[in-house]
Parts: sequence; C-alpha cells; structure tokens
Amino acid sequence: MSLADKDRIFTNLYGFQDWGLKAAQARGDWDDTKSLIARGQDSIIEEIKASGLRGRGGAGFPTGLKWSFMPKESKDGRPSFLVINADESEPGSCKDREIIRHDPHKLIEGALCAGFAMRARAAYIYIRGEFIREAETLQAAIDEAYDAGLIGKNASGSGYDFDVFMHRGAGAYICGEETAMIESLEGKKGQPRLKPPFPAGAGLYGCPTTVNNVESIAVVPTILRRGASWFSGFGRENNAGTKLFQISGHVEKPCVVEEAMSIPFRELIEKHCGGIRGGWDNLLAVIPGGSSVPLVPAEQIMDAPMDFDGLKELGSGLGTAGVIVMDKSTDVVRAISRISYFYKHESCGQCTPCREGTGWMWRVMERLRTGDAAIEEIDMLHQVTKQVEGHTICALGDAAAWPIQGLIRHFRPELERRIEEHNAKFAEAAE
Amino acid sequence: MADRTPAPDTPELRERWGSFEFTADYKAKADKAIARYPEGRQRSAVMPLLDLAQRQVGEETDTQGWLPLPVIEYVARYLDMPVIRVLEVATFYFMYNLKPVGKYHVQVCGTTPCMLRGSDGLFETCKKRGMKKGAVSEDGLWTLTEVECMGNCATAPMVQINDDNYEDLTPERLDTILDALARGEQPKTGTQEPGRHTSEPLGGPTTLKEMVEANHDYRGEW
Repeated sequence: MSLADKDRIFTNLYGFQDWGLKAAQARGDWDDTKSLIARGQDSIIEEIKASGLRGRGGAGFPTGLKWSFMPKESKDGRPSFLVINADESEPGSCKDREIIRHDPHKLIEGALCAGFAMRARAAYIYIRGEFIREAETLQAAIDEAYDAGLIGKNASGSGYDFDVFMHRGAGAYICGEETAMIESLEGKKGQPRLKPPFPAGAGLYGCPTTVNNVESIAVVPTILRRGASWFSGFGRENNAGTKLFQISGHVEKPCVVEEAMSIPFRELIEKHCGGIRGGWDNLLAVIPGGSSVPLVPAEQIMDAPMDFDGLKELGSGLGTAGVIVMDKSTDVVRAISRISYFYKHESCGQCTPCREGTGWMWRVMERLRTGDAAIEEIDMLHQVTKQVEGHTICALGDAAAWPIQGLIRHFRPELERRIEEHNAKFAEAAE
Repeated sequence: MADRTPAPDTPELRERWGSFEFTADYKAKADKAIARYPEGRQRSAVMPLLDLAQRQVGEETDTQGWLPLPVIEYVARYLDMPVIRVLEVATFYFMYNLKPVGKYHVQVCGTTPCMLRGSDGLFETCKKRGMKKGAVSEDGLWTLTEVECMGNCATAPMVQINDDNYEDLTPERLDTILDALARGEQPKTGTQEPGRHTSEPLGGPTTLKEMVEANHDYRGEW
C-alpha cells in the first residue's frame, strides 16, 4: 500500500505555495499549539517514544528516548537548550533545505513543542552557511512567529517562554557532528568534543543540550496531532513513520519525495523517479544513505526495503536517505575516490588517524582509479581504513573508511582489472 | 583538511584596511547578531560578524568580499576576543575568503552526486572562459572554486554564485548565466530546467498534485 497524500507531513515540500505564516496556518500548522503544550512534558515525550520516531539525521537514535535524557529540573540554575541541526552537508542529502525554504513553520512549531518537552529555554537552529536564501526565509519565518506571539514570551498563549534563534554556519561539514556544532555555536572552530560528558549533561555553554535533525523536529507537531499510532503505522517494526527520500544520480527524474519508511527500492524509483537511466539492467550500484554509507551492488538493493534495519542487513545504512544511484556508465572507483577527497577536505584535523588517514586513503584511491598500484595495495588500503575506523573522536573517520570498504568488498575484481591493465601497458612500453 | 593561510600582512594591506569599521548599517546588524546569544557569550557571534565584515569589504571593493588581517583584528576588538581566536575561526571555515576574490565567486560543486550528473562539463565551461581555480580573472569578474556538496543533489549539477544557486545545469545553461552576469543582469535563480519548479520530479509531481494549483488543506481527509 502506498502512502496517501493526506498522510504526508510536508505538504508544501516543493514550494508551489507560499511558505509564509498565513498559508502555513491554512495548511494546518500552528493550529491550537497551546493545547499540544497543555498535554505536559512527559506526555509529549511518551507520545514521541510510542511513535517510534528515530532520528532523521543519519544515526537513527530514538528521538523520544534522547529527549528523556534531559534533566527534569535544573538543580543549579543552568538552563537547557535545544539545538537543531540544519547543517545539511552530507553528499546526497537535500531534504532539510526543502523543509526550511518551503515549510519553515513546521520546523519552528516543532522547535517549540520539542523544546517545551525537554524543558529547554531556547532553540538554536544551526543552518549551514551555504544555505543563504534558505536562511533568509527561515529568519523571516522566525520573525513572523514572534510577531504573532507564537514563540517568545508566553509562546502561543501556553504560559511557557521559549526563544528560537538562527545561527548560520560558514562551510564546514564537520559542524553537522553534534559536539562540533556546539563548539561552533560557542564561536570556536568546529572540532568535536570527547564524550562523555554527553551534551544532555553538559552541552552548549556547559548547559544540558539536545541536538536534533531538522526533519526529526519538523515532524513532531503532526505526530502529536495525529497520534503515535498513526505515525508508527507506516514502515516495518522498529522503522516507523514517513521519510523524505532524496534521489540523485542516474535516475530519469531525480527528486525529493516523502514516502512511507521501508518502501522497496524498486518501487521508490519506479513510482517517483521514472526508473533507472537505461533500464534496470543498467543499474550498477547505489549509495542508499548519503556518502558516509557503503555502496550496495544492483542485485542486492533492487528489492531491499529502504529503512534502517533493511539496509543495515546489506552492510550499508539508511543514513539521511540521500540515495545516490549509479548506472553502468559510472567510473565507480572515481565516484568513491571523489568521496574520499570530500572527507580529506572536511576532516577537522583534530585526530591524527583521520587528519593523515583521509589524505592517504584519497591518494591511494586516486592511484587505484588509474590502476597505478600493486595488487597488494588493495589489502593495505583496506587495512588502513580499519585503522582509521573507530580510532577518532567523532564518526568522520568511520565515514571516510566505510565507502572505501564497500568498494573493496563489492568491486575488488574491477580494482584488480585496472591494475593489471595498467601494468600490462607498462610492460609493453618497456619491451 | 585544506591549506588555508591569510593574505600576507604588508604595509599596503595596513594602509588600505587599517581603519576598517562597520558602517552604521552593518553595525546595527552586528549588534542584532550579538543579542541572539546570552549575556557574556558574545564570542558566539564571531561567525555572523566575520560574514558581515566580509560583505562590507565586498561592497567597498565591488567583489564577493574577503577578510584582510586588519578586518579580522577589528572583529576581535569588537567582540573583545584575542585575535588568534578569530583568526582560527576565519581559517577553519571555507566561506571566509582569505584572499581577494572576483565580483562573482563561481563555486562549482564537484562532489559525487553533481559529478554523476555532469559537473565535469561545468568546470570545462568555466575554464574555456579563462577562469582558473583559486584565481581572480584578469577582468576582475570571476573567481572559480571547486566546492564540496552544497545540498542540492536532486537538482544536480549546480553552481553557487555569490548568494544564489543555479541548478539543473548544462554547460550551455551555465554559459548563458555567466553571460548575463557579465552584462550586469540578474539571471533566474534556482533550477534552470524548463518546466521544473524546485525538486519535484521533472514533468510534474507524483505526489501532492493538489498543491500545484491551490494551498490545499489535507486535514479534511484525516
């Protein structure tokens, strides 16, 4: 059964209609938000837990559970903060941008509901610096909400005071990592912090903080209005809800679309993307969750369910649901090598295995691309990815290692073919 | 990590930028930015202030703007921060230009999703027009930079020029845009694909079709 339009949360996803407050209210946003808040903190957290919502930023941690880690009362006078991660920079991901520029009031209303539930005094929305026009829209929407009394003192008439601020980044992928984001908000280089202490204990300005993705927050008001069981009715068990999928690369019609979680890959592509360029026989591989997750070869992904557990079983992950499709015309080694370059470029330089490893891995990948390498170097590269993975403060090291591991796992014959071809050419030239 | 070093500190640089101050307009914006953070946490505003400073330099030089060392020092004084802490931030984040750039900063996305949709051709187009990566063109109009994923993957390939995105590009479409900018015109921003609105599938959305014509309220069907 496919998702019906009435069950889609982001009805103005494509921006055919105005993003402004009046139009958003006509679509159902900010509709008696006061009564949602009147349910009380614990009841909101329980509802979100029961809905099965898992974080939409990539890791898939249960959102309600994350909120419940926040202190119920401040024993030492420290306020709590909600930080919303709008630093969308994962290659293949382009969903938060659509929410921000076309449905910003869902995000702001969600910030109030979530911020109230976790007893935060304010939300900071950290939007990536390159989203310049999007940030203009978001700030205008925040201003509208203040003017209408929906946020600020006595937000929406609820008796709760809640501020929403926007903070613009300035072009650093690493700031999407929650503790790097907090550092950046404090006016520093975005270098991740060691955990513990976890942000829920000591985050922004040393205060209890929860960092949530834009999509995780923006779906909250609709879940509260329609109920946990409505949301958990979509997708397989433990993979509940609707999800924004972003399909790029070699499909006929790339797009962003909201679908039920666990939709089979083939159905997603057939229904919304007009199929694979050159037909299904022309599909080579898919990176199903943004650049950080390993690629999956065509025959394994075709009928796989697009959700957290289904893709994990394939040795990959749902990540941000940024689906990068590659057909048989793709130079797959170059495609992955370009991702290696991305991680080299974006490493913050704090941990040695990542700072040095990402550059080393990229340089070897470039030699493998042309075949200018020895067969043994494939295993050496694999070994080095294992030495980077898990040996850094944040997950950027892992994210740099996994795509290469995926390539070696599934395309070793292609790597060997290039090396043999290259060496044969050299042997010929020497004669 | 990418190598990023500030422009050399020369007497000429001091002469040109030593007396930099925010204009009344920029000062108002700067103070508004500082007010977003709690008392005593004004250094949180270092990123917005560097951005504002770069924009003011841009207005004064008719370019996208950059951050000469004396301007970085000014921001440090403004926020009562050690200069090194501000310099650290300016060198860490890629959107702060540490060297002068052209009137138009042509930032072509070269990451895999754009690469799969033909960003190589966009670099070719730029090079054919005499642009070089990291250098200002002789006429002062262009600086070409290869940037990492800009989050427009469903409308790839794309280019960001100063504050605007141009998506669904082909070499010909990019040429048309650059021609218009060179003439001093403002081309249409966003997707360049005829008939496409934003990130819906080409040829019209497969979902939420009522929304195309009217601001449909789906709650009646809940």
